[in-house]
Amino acid sequence: MELLIKNGYVYDPINEINGEKMDIAVKDGKIVESVSSDAKVIDATNMLVMPGGVDIHSHIAGSKVNSGRILRPEDHYKDVKPRTAITRAEVGHTVPSTYTIGYRYARLGYTTVIEAASPPLKTRHTHEELNDIPLIDKSCYLVLDNNWIVLDYLSQGEIDKCAAFIGWIFKALKGYAIKIVNPGGVELWGWGKNVESLDDQVPPFDITPREIIRGLCKINKMLNLPHTIHLHTNNLGKPGNYRTTIETMDTVSDLADGKPNIHITHVQFCGYGGDSWITLRSGAPEIAKYVNNHNHVTIDLGQVVFGDATTMTGDGPFQFILQNLTGNKWKNADVEAEGSAGIVPYKYKRKNFVNAVQWTIGLELALLIKDPWRVFLTTDHPNAGTFMKYPRVITWLMSKVAREKVLNKINKRAKKRSTLPSIDREYTFYEIAIITRAATAKALNLANKGHLGVGADADIAIYNINPMEIDPSKEYKKVRRALKRAAYTIKGGEIIVKDGEIVKSFIGETFWVKPAIPEDLEKDMLREVSEKFKEYYTVSLENYIIGENELASSKPIAVKTNL
Amino acid sequence: MKTVRNVVCPFCGSLCDDIEVDIEDNRVVKVRKGCAISATKFTKYNEERIYKPRIDGREVSLEEAINEAVEILANAKYPALYGWSCTSTEAINIGIEIAELVGGVMDNTASVCHGPTILGEQDAGISTCTLGQVKNRAELIIYWGCNPAHAHPRHMARYSAASRGRFVKGRKERTVIVVDVRKTHTAKTADIFIQIKPNSDFELLTALRWAVKNGELEQEEIAGIPAEKIEELADMLISCRFGALFFGLGLTMSAGKARNIEAAVNLVRELNNYTKFVMVPMRGHFNVTGANEVMAWATGFPFAVDFSRGYPFYNPGDTTFVDVLTRGDCDAALIVASDPVSGFPAEAIRNLAKIPVITLDPHETLTTMISKVVIPTAVVGIEAEGSAYRMDAVPLRLKKLVEPPPGILSDEEVLKMILKKLKERVK
Repeated sequence: MELLIKNGYVYDPINEINGEKMDIAVKDGKIVESVSSDAKVIDATNMLVMPGGVDIHSHIAGSKVNSGRILRPEDHYKDVKPRTAITRAEVGHTVPSTYTIGYRYARLGYTTVIEAASPPLKTRHTHEELNDIPLIDKSCYLVLDNNWIVLDYLSQGEIDKCAAFIGWIFKALKGYAIKIVNPGGVELWGWGKNVESLDDQVPPFDITPREIIRGLCKINKMLNLPHTIHLHTNNLGKPGNYRTTIETMDTVSDLADGKPNIHITHVQFCGYGGDSWITLRSGAPEIAKYVNNHNHVTIDLGQVVFGDATTMTGDGPFQFILQNLTGNKWKNADVEAEGSAGIVPYKYKRKNFVNAVQWTIGLELALLIKDPWRVFLTTDHPNAGTFMKYPRVITWLMSKVAREKVLNKINKRAKKRSTLPSIDREYTFYEIAIITRAATAKALNLANKGHLGVGADADIAIYNINPMEIDPSKEYKKVRRALKRAAYTIKGGEIIVKDGEIVKSFIGETFWVKPAIPEDLEKDMLREVSEKFKEYYTVSLENYIIGENELASSKPIAVKTNL
Repeated sequence: MKTVRNVVCPFCGSLCDDIEVDIEDNRVVKVRKGCAISATKFTKYNEERIYKPRIDGREVSLEEAINEAVEILANAKYPALYGWSCTSTEAINIGIEIAELVGGVMDNTASVCHGPTILGEQDAGISTCTLGQVKNRAELIIYWGCNPAHAHPRHMARYSAASRGRFVKGRKERTVIVVDVRKTHTAKTADIFIQIKPNSDFELLTALRWAVKNGELEQEEIAGIPAEKIEELADMLISCRFGALFFGLGLTMSAGKARNIEAAVNLVRELNNYTKFVMVPMRGHFNVTGANEVMAWATGFPFAVDFSRGYPFYNPGDTTFVDVLTRGDCDAALIVASDPVSGFPAEAIRNLAKIPVITLDPHETLTTMISKVVIPTAVVGIEAEGSAYRMDAVPLRLKKLVEPPPGILSDEEVLKMILKKLKERVK
């Protein structure tokens, strides 16, 4: 099928196209130079054209997300939509059904989303849900930092075998990147404990969080994985934790070679100053300063949006603290030899001091970090708010007026302590295109995503707004409305959304990395691992492996390693 | 002869995945490592089989049976789809779409076993874990209202009391407590047996929480147990490094039901302020957990989903199959991999007998005997592959070991055919 998108204002930062009026040609799912006169024409005159959005961190599939669904029937009652001839029935709200997740991302013009944390033992579940998320392409990060086999190898200094094991696990379980969640702390949560600093010991492994992070960062490079290590810090959710965040970034600075080698995720949750909930303040200025001076770091926001949320992380001890703070219902789910997960429903309130400070931190990070290629838009869906609120966050970034309107409603003490009122910066459409698709695609090293150059996947978002005429600073509500319902979303060359409605549905691809591991090394490693498996796990190694036929639409990405 | 290793046993919620099966001439001839129930399941799955589809007791072709099933479902105003715990997750997933398409009720057997566990969790949450966490760390194990020695025969050896883990090396290093109304086989192996008065679980759980929190109880005796004993027990729970509470239908189906679970959840939550504590439901059928999981990801709710409004609506006690049936509301039923007639209340069965029932099952059951349409299917985990979720929600892949009898398809395949035809029929 051929498509010609005519006369739109195109924002394609990877190809340095900044609001140029141009045509985009599509053939067989790819962007091409030109198409025949038979091509279906989409008139994008006076519209905004961008690559499809790429979400680098969102909880969309797997045991933790589904636990949230089961835990919260009250979340679903008011947000439903009947089945249509094209779509399955929809159920929201903060933890939507798989189908709903696909449709709603597509309506926002997003076409690629990565599940943020899959424990290896339950990754089969993650894939079963990914198989049922329509329209978008997807993948998942594997949580590996509290994995006993990884910890054994790292503490014994067997880094080659550890790399071989991690390489094998990506092949066996079909994941995309190394996720690190409160390294060492989650292992200790197995005993109801936690770590407090990067140098705490994690018995019985004779290893510290710092050594885990550095080891995995080195292995990431040895395996030549497309993304960096993707890290949720120690001490998350505690006042004063911005120091841990900066220390964590700095602990791998010497391992970098000019490119980013660490991604710190949902930094809002680890960007707290002060030393108690009473003296809480934003640590965003300090973090932004560090990021501005060090190019080995990328971050995403975890921006808070006031209203309902469901907190869900692989950080069991953090969720335990949160349930004690809130008294809300709490699900904890430990995974043998691998980690944990916790879920607590939450509501962010404007008048609550802590929530208001949290709201300012995300925005300060986005506005104080100068290079938009290293700060990405997320709400850590559904932890700080749902992905459906991205248009709202975008308008806060594009309009000081929009920010001030909220600032006038939030807790007064929080407003007084924040630097946000003094920040004048307003994002441009070009910068928005960077933080929502171009930079995330680049950080994930997805060569065919996040841009509209010839050869790219024809994943395109068209919004009914004229960027040449509108002043987003003042007319932010118009921007928000346009971004909420894409005029068109095109996925793999197919029109899937028109005027904010789903017009076609199919299952997108699940991509995963397939590192080449030297045969002898892999054999040696597997011999040891299969012995350990008998002691550590309650399933056999054979049944741990996920067959490629278990993925609805599998797309392996071969990786040459430096092993 | 060939031997297949690491076979996942499709019987109970333990999903033991280390079974070895010898196969000769498309038949299972020997089973190793499995429990007695497992061995029987693998070797006798061919008894009481149904080989031909039937309409009103008359043998018909598969196509005729499917057409009739489609007619019944398409013409029904309020059909109910029930069962699902003994089939693959993939098959259940198709069932959900059928229910959505015809505007029916989709419910699974959790509603008559661990439904209260889910309701208790929805009220208060749950601190849980995979079974390996217990194997590796648990110094103290409580079995409450469950009898794994009979119902989950290898549970204690593989996952709990007598398992060998990394930090806790076996039965001698663990303390085992059984709480039950009678001295079961499991109770006989325990270090401590607490025999409570029937229907007083809620009281004992609440008293234990009080004792954990405040040390001393005012009463002399609660649930038939002296206060000193309860206080002593509370001290034991606090002082272990890692404790696990396994519970069964003795807790979920005795007086209080979901409130019992809530009391247990709150006890375990309180204990986590002192030590590490978890609880795990002893789920019965091999994929009842999977039925809850797939229903939750596709509809938001784990069981008892009503699609009559076009979207999922959940109201257990109202949209649960047994209630729909007892009220006489549904005018057709599709039963898959379950035998409600053998376990449901008489009034519900009387109503079931009045409506057209379509049943998919490998074996003759009381339900197939009252069904208008019977479609025999392959035995999942022996003749058909698919995914299943263990009681702790660990997903495993069931294997296909032998070919099903000629002409017999899997639940998944039959349901796909029904869905396809229904889509043409219901626009």
